[in-house]
Amino acid sequence: MLFNAARTAGKILSLAVLLISASLAQAQIQTLSVTAYPALDEIIKAAIPQWKKTHPNVEIKLVSRAFEDHHTAMTTALSTSSNLPDVMALEFAYVGRFGAGGGLEDLSQSPYRIKDTQMRFVPFAFKQATLSTGAVVAAPTDIGPGTLLYRTDLLKKAGVSETELTQSWDSFVASGVKIKATTGAYLMAHARDIKDILIRSNVKPGDGLYFDAAGKVMVDSPRFVRAFELARKVRQQQLDGKISGWSTAWSQGFKNGNIATQMSGAWLAGQMASWIAPTTKGLWRASQLPEKAWGAWGGTFYAIPKAAKNKALAWEFIQFMTLNRDAQLGAFKVQDAFPALLEAHTDPFYDQPIEFLGGQKARLLWREAALKINAIDVNKLDPIADEIVNTELDKVLDQGKDIPKALADAKALLERRARR
Amino acid sequence: MKRSLLPRLSPEWAPYVFLSPFVLLFVVFGIFPLVFSFYLAFQSWEPTAGLLAMKFVGLENFAFALQDEWFWKSLKNTVWLATAAGVPQHLVAIPLAFFIHTSYKRSRNAVVGTYFLPYITSTVAIAMMFSTLFSTEYGMINQGLHALGQVPGLSWLAPAQPIDWLNHAENVKPAISLVVFWRYLGFNTVLYLAALQTIPEDIYEAATMDGAGRWQQFWFITLPSLKPMIYFGVMLSVIGGLQLFEEPFILTGGRGGTDQAGMTTAMYMYRTAFEFNDFGTASALSWLLFVFVALLTWLTNQAFKDRHAQK
Repeated sequence: MLFNAARTAGKILSLAVLLISASLAQAQIQTLSVTAYPALDEIIKAAIPQWKKTHPNVEIKLVSRAFEDHHTAMTTALSTSSNLPDVMALEFAYVGRFGAGGGLEDLSQSPYRIKDTQMRFVPFAFKQATLSTGAVVAAPTDIGPGTLLYRTDLLKKAGVSETELTQSWDSFVASGVKIKATTGAYLMAHARDIKDILIRSNVKPGDGLYFDAAGKVMVDSPRFVRAFELARKVRQQQLDGKISGWSTAWSQGFKNGNIATQMSGAWLAGQMASWIAPTTKGLWRASQLPEKAWGAWGGTFYAIPKAAKNKALAWEFIQFMTLNRDAQLGAFKVQDAFPALLEAHTDPFYDQPIEFLGGQKARLLWREAALKINAIDVNKLDPIADEIVNTELDKVLDQGKDIPKALADAKALLERRARR
Repeated sequence: MKRSLLPRLSPEWAPYVFLSPFVLLFVVFGIFPLVFSFYLAFQSWEPTAGLLAMKFVGLENFAFALQDEWFWKSLKNTVWLATAAGVPQHLVAIPLAFFIHTSYKRSRNAVVGTYFLPYITSTVAIAMMFSTLFSTEYGMINQGLHALGQVPGLSWLAPAQPIDWLNHAENVKPAISLVVFWRYLGFNTVLYLAALQTIPEDIYEAATMDGAGRWQQFWFITLPSLKPMIYFGVMLSVIGGLQLFEEPFILTGGRGGTDQAGMTTAMYMYRTAFEFNDFGTASALSWLLFVFVALLTWLTNQAFKDRHAQK
């Protein structure tokens, strides 16, 4: 009887202990809020089970918005210092802008000390997150090494070799003339594309795209003159389809073989294969950009807002996503997110042929390009400078405006903005 | 007698309590943004640096905007689009309403509904559909023109090259105007149809007995009776046309098209804030646009009032 009572009491006691510990555990559960956009959200979702293994008490609250909406929401959140997440995903173009505003943690400082791991990142990506003040406002997670995708069937018909196509920008345009004459296909979607890459090539270290290190406007420099001249040449010889990227005509052009080449980030090959032009499988090849121009298209970063609540945990999560070879490789294999982590650049996956590119081992090319790209300094006026230069290029291409005059006008407009 | 558990609402307070949901929402979503944007128009602000980063700059934003060639260009675009889309809306809607009023009896609602449909359809869906229709190589509009050109005698209709509607500066504005015209035609038709129904039948009967034909009836009875509604419709078109945003924004991919030919002032304002990160100038632009809209509204008002006085 007494024994029984003791046993019952023991049971009750152990149950109580169990309940208390369970509720304690409940109390210890932390929430880490992360905001992102597609397809990064998928990458994060896929990594959560692994994260849970080391952080069973940390729930990840992932909020995903469309690309533009995400960055607008983050602008608003930073401007009012409210509703900020612990971890904020940012596309390259926004890193400098948000960083300059001062709303992001400087990850080079204690306790983050990201510079201790700087050597593990692709150099240009790390530099992209570094402001002129030396502050590092984000950690890179994926990059978009530039590549030239071209239709091998159209080239063959026109009797143009890859070397001929990519030797120099002049030979690139000359090849375009041959392709147009024999196959009727455009060399490129829009003449603007060639301007975009040319103004990004041969930028001196320390200079930005539109401003030099001292903040002087550079849009009338030889870099721009050559870019505009080549774009005009492309338009005059009717080598471009005047098709803007991501339009219906653009994807149709790829499907129908109306567009022979496209310069972009390596990720485009994956997008082409999955939805833009899956029927053209095997017809495309990748090469380095003409005249060994090394450029990047996009790239993704993680940042911690200054007003974040769980900064320590946020940093752990960012390290988990960016310094974890498995997570980086997983994202590459599933979502074509080219790793910013150098350790993830060695894997048998790189040697595998890509079916869409006719079995080419193109990842080796992109890996090589990733190491040769130079980071270009970001200025907060870049978006407006972009618009000014594009508008002047429109005038050159459509209305025959004189190039020196167009660039001088662009310079005056930009200087007026910069003076404010 | 059963007493209510809730305290009785005194009749003095009742109106305020019942009004409060609207007032509250109006203050939060109407008054506050208005006041805040007015305040912002005098500040230089890098939004990502937080609210404390605002700096008072006086009238600098206004001065910059008034000397900004893009602002004037956008205003020109806006006026062009508002006119090209607005005037035909009324010129077509009035005869159309008259035609529907006199010719359809039983199926009138169905016909009106069809014309009204574009107005209630999502702008995004419309603009996306039209960008497909306007596509240079694959669009139905160019294919239709080409097909028309094959008909003997109509070959002058078909252009030698497919028309690049949305990427050629000269074509962007007509393309956008067409979409806006198509979208609001039904709305105006409904307005005029409602007005037509209020014109007493006996006036027409009397006119018929006096030997007036259908055209005379339209010109001397219908049109003058419609004047108040024309005033209302034109006013809405002026205000709506000057604030045009969604259609050009989506048709031109948010950038305003080649050489910004389709960039309206409202679009430029939006881009200044969210693309170029300059909320101060964007607010100043919005107030300048407001002044311009107010001015044109007043002019419209004057135009209609004068004629009224002459009568």
